[in-house]
Amino acid sequence: MADQKMTGSEIIIKALINEGVDTVFGYPGGAVLPIYDAIFQQNQLKHILVRQEGGAVHMAEGYARSTGKVGVVLVTSGPGATNAVTGLTDALMDSIPVVCLTGQVPTHLIGNDAFQEADTTGITRPCTKHNYLVKDIRDLSRVMHEAFYVARSGRPGPVVIDLPKDILMAEEMYVDHGKVEHKTYRPRLKAETNEIKKAVAMIAAAKKPIFYCGGGVVNSGGNASKLLGRLIKLTGAPVTLTLMGLGAYPGSDKQSLGMLGMHGTYEANLAMHDADLIVAIGSRFDDRVTGRLADFSPNSKKIHIDIDPSSINKTVAVDLPIVGDVGTILDQMLRVWKAKGHKANQKALKAWWTQIEEWRTRDCLKYNQSGPIIKPQHAIQRLYEMTKDHDCYITTEVGQHQMWAAQYYKFEEPHRWMTSGGLGTMGYGLPAAIGVQIAHPESLVIDISGEASFMMNMQEMSTAVQYRAPVKVFVTNNQYMGMIRQWQELLHGGRYSESYTDALPDLVKLAEACQWVGLRAENADELDDVIQEMITIDRPVLADIRVDQTENCFPMIPSGAAHNEMLLGPADEAKRPVSEEGMVLV
Amino acid sequence: MVVETAVERHTIAVLVDNEAGVLARVIGLFSGRGYNIESLTVAETDAADAISRITIVTSGTPMVIEQIKAQLSRLVPIHRVIDLTTEGASVERELALVKVAGKGNKRVEALRIADIFRARAIDSTNESFVFEISGSTEKLNAFIDLMVPLGLVDVSRTGVVAIARGKSAL
Repeated sequence: MADQKMTGSEIIIKALINEGVDTVFGYPGGAVLPIYDAIFQQNQLKHILVRQEGGAVHMAEGYARSTGKVGVVLVTSGPGATNAVTGLTDALMDSIPVVCLTGQVPTHLIGNDAFQEADTTGITRPCTKHNYLVKDIRDLSRVMHEAFYVARSGRPGPVVIDLPKDILMAEEMYVDHGKVEHKTYRPRLKAETNEIKKAVAMIAAAKKPIFYCGGGVVNSGGNASKLLGRLIKLTGAPVTLTLMGLGAYPGSDKQSLGMLGMHGTYEANLAMHDADLIVAIGSRFDDRVTGRLADFSPNSKKIHIDIDPSSINKTVAVDLPIVGDVGTILDQMLRVWKAKGHKANQKALKAWWTQIEEWRTRDCLKYNQSGPIIKPQHAIQRLYEMTKDHDCYITTEVGQHQMWAAQYYKFEEPHRWMTSGGLGTMGYGLPAAIGVQIAHPESLVIDISGEASFMMNMQEMSTAVQYRAPVKVFVTNNQYMGMIRQWQELLHGGRYSESYTDALPDLVKLAEACQWVGLRAENADELDDVIQEMITIDRPVLADIRVDQTENCFPMIPSGAAHNEMLLGPADEAKRPVSEEGMVLV
Repeated sequence: MVVETAVERHTIAVLVDNEAGVLARVIGLFSGRGYNIESLTVAETDAADAISRITIVTSGTPMVIEQIKAQLSRLVPIHRVIDLTTEGASVERELALVKVAGKGNKRVEALRIADIFRARAIDSTNESFVFEISGSTEKLNAFIDLMVPLGLVDVSRTGVVAIARGKSAL
């Protein structure tokens, strides 16, 4: 067998199986027909037929993020590849390992404007970690394995392999490069001992420390979160998580201050502002986190641990950069902390916590649920209460509901929360949920959604039915693009330009037409029953939760403002108009 | 930390795999992230290992220069990134081909100045010269400026190539 020639398509299937791939999300087309024929003739690899290629990439992202494995996508040339671009960009921004195989016209037609030809490597160069065009069958097995290595090593990301049709049909020997590494690409994993010693001494000496942790902790694997938990317990410091980092540290623990940033908690943002030491781990000082840079945590020393050197000193200059794998470095730090017999400064920490508790008493996430109209915060709070003891995975779309989900749904472990953070891709949640459900068929998978985002990829409802993926879509329906409406109130005098969706479909009937179960809650007293029914039904469910149309998402740091200039509610909004400088920011 | 904001000019040498698209990756990085390219030269320098060397002259604040180097380093086909401006002494050279057309005194004057600048005439007609000149960017600029009134018609420049002084390799 080993010395037998195989077709390019067979080599691809063989390489995928040797990489431990069990599921491919894809959509056929002329240029990839030979691969689909090879898929037809085997039964180790499961193919999930999506309804649009954009959905395939989000499914692969959901699959990857919930399992820690590489997600795999297969699309055809031209429109197949261009439809995948949004998902690839999303995966790049959020560091999700994805390998995307794209068909291409035969090599002799490349550059001739052939039918369904697009310059896929050209188009995807800036939105992938790396990409390949295979022009010689002898490169195919190496490229296949190298792509997986690149996708999952260092800071993970999407990799495209563009496959001309003649390569798929050519014959060559398969060489198992299973353990192949790239000839030069070797991300640094371990830190220098003196860097670790310095970091640990800085933490031990700090009077007002805070850990600011992001998706890098999640990407480093489950062990990294455990080590982070141990370090935070040892140091007694508070921890705040980015949107991508939720779950890296238990959300219900008292040392957790919740999410920080634009819609982060009052205590997290003020603690960042007043801290004397920020320990940034696997986070990247995103503009949604820092607010106005000039006033970002002005009095703190900063340690930044990240596997990507380009994340360090990008926007915020730090005092101690440490490049390497978060899990490896946390392990090194724990060892040094113990070996040196460091003790946290208990007296200073006590005063620090007293201050933090005072901020906490502002109860910045409180809302007023009275009367029959369902507050969206209440809907998500109830969803959390009723599902937290389940084996549950949450995805979201993008907008107000996403921020409320981040604020009110508490995650106790990593890989349970899938959201489009960096790119902010509306329409991510439903396909991502399907990808998660395919990977975890027995678990409860819920897409916390808004009606506008849901409609961006709702064609994938049909995919969920085909593969019996009983995902739940929990639509907080206010008929507005809520976050757009909120910004129009804040920045544009309440002129709701095109942010109201007239003529929405009847979501219950839509569900039924798609062979889903449709549920609706219009009154606060119906909410719990609908959630309970949604959880219980072993089929895909679309729950139309009619929520307060005017509710806005607080707390909020308006764009161009600093951490200590938060708006806690609508009353603050009226008092402080946004600066002109802030208006131009997004 | 105090952040330096003065703009500096740096010469960066980059060793890359000589494979399809590698130059597009580098240029795309600069345009996509809004960095400056003052000059860029590229050619294969090690045929056996298919390695090319790119020399980029760029400018930015120290924080931006650090970003440029980090962003270049994380491109998969890039082997090494060396900032020749900060890492020890280096020498830089640029080559230009300068075409000057004219008759009479201007023609003589052009030849005389070329001699002073150690430029060589590598093509000649009754009404024109093509000079080859190499040296620092500033020297080339000075020569070209002097040729303007003497009938400068065309210039082709290589951009800067640079190498570290001393015995060690990149």
